[in-house]
Amino acid sequence: MSMLAEPIVSNPKAPLSRLNPVTKLAMAMLITLPLLVAGDIVTPSIVLGAELLAVAAFGVRWRVFVRRLWLVFLMTGSVFVTSLLLTDQRGGTVLFDLGIIVVTTQSILVSATIAVRLLAIALPGVLAFASTDPTEFADALVQHLRTSPRFTFGALAAFRLLPVLADEWRTLVMARRARGIEAGRSPIRRIRLLSSAVFTLLVCAIRRGIRLATAMESRGFTATATRTLARPQPLRPADGLAILATVALVAGATTVSIALGTWRVILW
Amino acid sequence: MRIRARGWRFRYAGRSEWAVRDLDLDIEPGERVLLAGPSGAGKSTLLTAIAGLLDPDQAGETAGSLTVGGEPPAAVRHRIGLVFQDPETQLVMARCGDDVAFGLENLGVPTDVIWPRVDAALELTGFPYGRDHPTGRLSGGEKQRLVLSGVMALDPDLLLLDEPTANLDPEGAALVREAVDRALAATGAGLLVVDHRVDDWLPLVNRVIVLDQGGSLLADGEPTQIYQSYADALQAAGVWLPGSSGPVRRASKPAGPTVLFAEDLTYTYPGHTDRPPAVSDIRLELQANQALAITGPNGSGKSTLALLLAGLLPPTSGRVDVTNVPDIGSADTPAARLSRRRRPLHRLPARQLVRMIGTVFQDPEHQFLTQRVYDELALGPRVMGRSPDEVSRIVDELLQRLHLSHLADANPFTLSGGEKRRLSVATALATGPAILLLDEPTFGQDLRTWLELIELLAELRDAGHAIGFVSHDPQFVAALADRTVELKAGRLVA
Amino acid sequence: MSSDTDSSSGASQSPDPTSTGSPSSRTVRSGTRWRTVDIVVAAVVGIAFGVVFAAWNALWAATGPTFNAFPPAQAFMYGMWLVPGVLGGLLIRKPGAAVFTELVAALASVFFSPGFPPHVIALYGLLEGLGAEVAFAAMRYRSWRLPAALLAGLGAGLVPAILDNILYNAAWAASWMLTYAVLVVVSSIVMAGLGSFALVRALARTGVLAPFASGREQSAS
Repeated sequence: MSMLAEPIVSNPKAPLSRLNPVTKLAMAMLITLPLLVAGDIVTPSIVLGAELLAVAAFGVRWRVFVRRLWLVFLMTGSVFVTSLLLTDQRGGTVLFDLGIIVVTTQSILVSATIAVRLLAIALPGVLAFASTDPTEFADALVQHLRTSPRFTFGALAAFRLLPVLADEWRTLVMARRARGIEAGRSPIRRIRLLSSAVFTLLVCAIRRGIRLATAMESRGFTATATRTLARPQPLRPADGLAILATVALVAGATTVSIALGTWRVILW
Repeated sequence: MRIRARGWRFRYAGRSEWAVRDLDLDIEPGERVLLAGPSGAGKSTLLTAIAGLLDPDQAGETAGSLTVGGEPPAAVRHRIGLVFQDPETQLVMARCGDDVAFGLENLGVPTDVIWPRVDAALELTGFPYGRDHPTGRLSGGEKQRLVLSGVMALDPDLLLLDEPTANLDPEGAALVREAVDRALAATGAGLLVVDHRVDDWLPLVNRVIVLDQGGSLLADGEPTQIYQSYADALQAAGVWLPGSSGPVRRASKPAGPTVLFAEDLTYTYPGHTDRPPAVSDIRLELQANQALAITGPNGSGKSTLALLLAGLLPPTSGRVDVTNVPDIGSADTPAARLSRRRRPLHRLPARQLVRMIGTVFQDPEHQFLTQRVYDELALGPRVMGRSPDEVSRIVDELLQRLHLSHLADANPFTLSGGEKRRLSVATALATGPAILLLDEPTFGQDLRTWLELIELLAELRDAGHAIGFVSHDPQFVAALADRTVELKAGRLVA
Repeated sequence: MSSDTDSSSGASQSPDPTSTGSPSSRTVRSGTRWRTVDIVVAAVVGIAFGVVFAAWNALWAATGPTFNAFPPAQAFMYGMWLVPGVLGGLLIRKPGAAVFTELVAALASVFFSPGFPPHVIALYGLLEGLGAEVAFAAMRYRSWRLPAALLAGLGAGLVPAILDNILYNAAWAASWMLTYAVLVVVSSIVMAGLGSFALVRALARTGVLAPFASGREQSAS
């Protein structure tokens, strides 16, 4: 069972990939927040359309894209279905009536709205993540967002242990089988196995953390303000342009929706 | 830089025992010293103190003086390099070059000076890879060499090493020592290394300091002199002497029937189909009254093989099976086997598996499931459905046999390294298996536990168990193994 | 014997050179200043939970897609995702611990879920951590006992209770939304609040928390 997801391969030379990580983060946030508020289907659809065009600009190959993002599509699909089942906005023509399950044109529209909105929100983040390396991201946070280097690089160092802990988890589960404890069919057993493994994983993780902290301190990792950066990442004009373009996109989509009379706030 | 201690003693907060007491020490700049002594002799404490890293929140009391270069250690921290035992928790970054640069960044070295120094440091220790190589793909020895590069990049006057090769296989350890030698020769820095494998470090040091169990100075001087004059005291204190080898314990009875066998065993890790299998076409047998050693270089598939034999991994092809093991029924003729159509080993419910095979993992903590040593031992029998009386009988017997009685109420995680190891072997035995499989049982253990393990496993073997163990420790193998198989790149070497 | 289990923020403990008493005879304080070990251990705990989340997901995926895909049912188990924040706070006992740990856990879980929107997950982590943080702050970072833990569980749980209804459940009928919210909050109080509290106590008994105030005072009881 390979739990650790491999990063989506994206061409690092593609224009959008070369943007500074904080720019990509900002773009994702700039899209997310207004879309969280909007409750119509037009706004997110326009944004989504633009995003799909940008996918090419990120250098993600289509086949890989669909394969890796099946989880997003699954999640979106699941949200769509659940909304259909649990919504109370059932106006319009009834298409399907099984008593509890009622599907109408309005319920489809409403559910589709939620799904499209979710997709439009998700995509930029996924793309940003696919084209950014964690070390670069940490560097960018410290350089441009002025986050505390101790916390940022402390967290980055811990991230390095992620595959190690993942391996340790697998070992813990095997070790439990070797002691006679396994998941089997019963959920109770599963939970007990899980809690036991979680506990031991935490003990091992904390021990490692303490050792890592000592090692980092011995290499000078203390609260000096005079820390330099080995991998500086200056912001470029392209970053500013990208931000402006994103703002324009979201504002434009909202404007179009308002002009069409479809815009509304979510939940109302 | 000169290290000078006068009547120095240290005790951690809340303890009644002094970790180090009344130490008088003079170490000249550029000297190369080996610090030896039994576990608990305060060697690590001394190193930590010299490095100026004693945590103020945890600090206890100190008396006397300890100066490095004439100043308190904390003031000269940046002139001291420290390498610890565990390679995995000393690396900070995902790429090798970035990791070496880490220390330089911390010290505020200007950016344009950083990368030349990184390259120089990698060169200094003979590190085989470039800046962009992922740290996650390094072997243990390579990781330690990278750590050393990172430390040397800061241009220390004094290099402190706390058991840097304890977690490594022999080849990796040798390469690390070689890297240390190179680095010291080029920079003239002083060396203070803590290790209990003295033989290996003798070529690099010109002085040996020995602490005794209580943290006091036992001996200090030129290596060969020390080992001659203090041989008995040292051995009693649990220090490995150069040229000594462990006891040898061969099977006292002829080999019994085969109890575990593998045929055409092959395994490929899921997701690794583009590489050769981790193990291929393994054929081997484990017999009662015998100890089989599985050896091989790093990455040869030894641990994978152990997991397959233990029924914890499903073979990609081939099979592993037990035979002639009492619990699985009387008749074991081929016909009876066929007619029974039993499940393969990896499909057996865990409850049945533990009756036949006891597996001891490399890190004892991975197998701890309860909060008390007593419960830990009782777990296995309880899982098997034994009555409470039987359970307590089994537990008491094991506690006695493995000298754990005084720890019955302790939390398993609070035990010492050797005690944890004994406990993990005990829990494997609690379900009464005929077969015992161990993965690197001497990993990170000190001499005393090492010797205990040999005696214990020899005893179990002679009592009728079949013992299989994976080890990269050639002395352990020489001491215990009746038969040895060697793996190379997943295959058995003829 | 109930030892003093309150930890007050203030100057770091300076060891009394002449005292060799057991920890129970001293107030166990932790300063507000973060040491390296605080940062790194909080981060590693977060990472460990990233691994746990993936395993938790895998475990429940096996119980059948229907149970999994039915969000009101998922609400029962929601508390699991909120444990890191509360646990981090109880363990490290410094301002910001809850936020930091939960945020790191969220970021780590991104690595195991290809395609889940990372910035949304990160946002959730940040806010959920804040929810717990607010509770600890309300206790002035002095009380770390069960009431504080439960309150932190409540605080953390409120975040997804509200956010999920906005992001995912916006089309649901109000009654379903409310049910969801209540289930999430209850799950959080139980798993993240009570669960984290029990977890820290058990961890302290293993001795692994020796560098922390949360570990030292346990050794006294």
